Amino acid sequence: MQRSLKRYFPLFVLPTSVAFLIAFLAPFVIGLYLSFTKFTTITNAQWVGLQNYQRALEPKDGFLGSFWFTILVVIASVITVNVFAFAIAKLLTQKLRGTNVFRTIYFMPNLIGGIVLGYTWQSMINAVLANYGTTLVADWKYGYIGLIILVNWQQVGYMMVIYIAGLQNVPTELNEAAAIDGAGKWQTLWSVTIPMIMPTITICLFLTLSSSFKMFDQNLALTDGAPMDKTQMVALNIVKTMFSQVGRQGVGQAKAVLFVIVVVAIALIQLRATRSREVEA
Amino acid sequence: MSTNAATATEARAARPGRVVGLSLTYVLLVALVVVFLGPIVFIILNSFKQKFSISSNPFAIPVGDMWAGFSNYITGLTKQNFLEAIGWSFFITVTSVLVIVFFCAMMAYYITRVKTWWTSALYYLLVFSMVIPFQMVMFPTVKLADMLSLSNPLGMVVLYLGFGAGLSVFIFSGFVKSIPVEIEEAAYIDGCSPVQTYFQVVFPILKPVAITVAILNAMWVWNDYLLPYLVIGLSTRFKTIPVVVQQFVGSNGNRDMGTMMAMLVLAVIPIVIFYLFAQKHIIEGVVAGSVKG
Repeated sequence: MQRSLKRYFPLFVLPTSVAFLIAFLAPFVIGLYLSFTKFTTITNAQWVGLQNYQRALEPKDGFLGSFWFTILVVIASVITVNVFAFAIAKLLTQKLRGTNVFRTIYFMPNLIGGIVLGYTWQSMINAVLANYGTTLVADWKYGYIGLIILVNWQQVGYMMVIYIAGLQNVPTELNEAAAIDGAGKWQTLWSVTIPMIMPTITICLFLTLSSSFKMFDQNLALTDGAPMDKTQMVALNIVKTMFSQVGRQGVGQAKAVLFVIVVVAIALIQLRATRSREVEA
Repeated sequence: MSTNAATATEARAARPGRVVGLSLTYVLLVALVVVFLGPIVFIILNSFKQKFSISSNPFAIPVGDMWAGFSNYITGLTKQNFLEAIGWSFFITVTSVLVIVFFCAMMAYYITRVKTWWTSALYYLLVFSMVIPFQMVMFPTVKLADMLSLSNPLGMVVLYLGFGAGLSVFIFSGFVKSIPVEIEEAAYIDGCSPVQTYFQVVFPILKPVAITVAILNAMWVWNDYLLPYLVIGLSTRFKTIPVVVQQFVGSNGNRDMGTMMAMLVLAVIPIVIFYLFAQKHIIEGVVAGSVKG
């Protein structure tokens, strides 16, 4: 059977493969090469060795600054999103009436794209700050807090849904047994519920981690890096280097390679975290 | 309801602690509704206001002098070519999703059933592509798309197929693995060719996953900003909704807040309608996609 299917390669595999080659594979290899060159388009590249990487890492460039800012955003959003999402999921798994309606409403912001919700929040935060005679871009801390609020608004519902699925898989007997053994509510939470949904927690942590790490649209719409690029995240920094700074495409591409290395490292850690637990279970 | 259950409910209700706890929970849940719907209500209210009232009374309900009727919407729809953008967004999203589901399911089937070195290499490359941030490939992709004359809505579909292949093939092949080969073998014995077997036997089984894949890709393509912005650009008439919103709001120094609010509302409406109709599938699809991804 395998053999007869094999002949149909052009029909089954070719279309997607060609698209994949054009959209991802070839650009990835070309991009890797371009990061060692000076270029304005892909046909006029001149080899410059590691110069782009050196430039990218110079303190005056702002790339490292954007990395630190990204890390600050990632830490705050991973913690807040997961704590809120878990708490709401816990509320909604108590067999109350109307939980489905609440779940539906809380999830909805997740469907709205980064650009649209970025401007929605920008206008709302500015409306609040106007009472104090200031704006979102007056101080980087406003932009920072705004970004955290925005990420929470967008992702809490999403993570909540995954936590609900996890919590529903915890057998109720376990909680009852813990109650009979005299465990309090918090004790049951810490010693029964959380260990039981560890796989879900890992998934949610890495989902929020990678999405906030790669965040672009929301950052662009909310502050566009203002003031003075202090609220600029890595992705936005790379795009600006590439398309708004004359003659620095190579530096932008080198930054992208560095970004890839960090993202792949995170993904590998995630893979190990997921694998090691599978062995336990 | 049996008497037992009734007394149990009464007994439970009689405990004042529980009643207080329950009402507190509901108060909290309703407060959260306000938090999650607040921003949407905010843009809806302001989209009906005169632009000067938006800055002076952003949180007021538009009545009396503030009321602008549908003038903001009319400006948004006519002057900013928003109607056309809705059309292109629809066209690109629907076509891309159909193409992605159709071809990725076929590819996933093939590389799961035909085990050779290159099918597994392809699989790992696809998984690898899921992790890589778009910034890595954006410059070469845009230039390549230009050279191959893909800088148009149909070309976008090809690019979305390439970018969407990773997650889609991954989800599909996870499911294909769970289909017993015996079903396909039975079809072969009955005289079906591999193509017939796939379309008549395998694809119908893949339907629930196809819905998941379709929803995940629809949400992504509809909301995607950077790819259409870079590939199609601002100068052509094929702009999608996020591109138009960004172009109007982002680069508009002397900002028309009323039109902006109307455009934000218009951008949200299709999503809300889609959500109302496919709510259950969307939530299930997103969970399935994330747990597997």
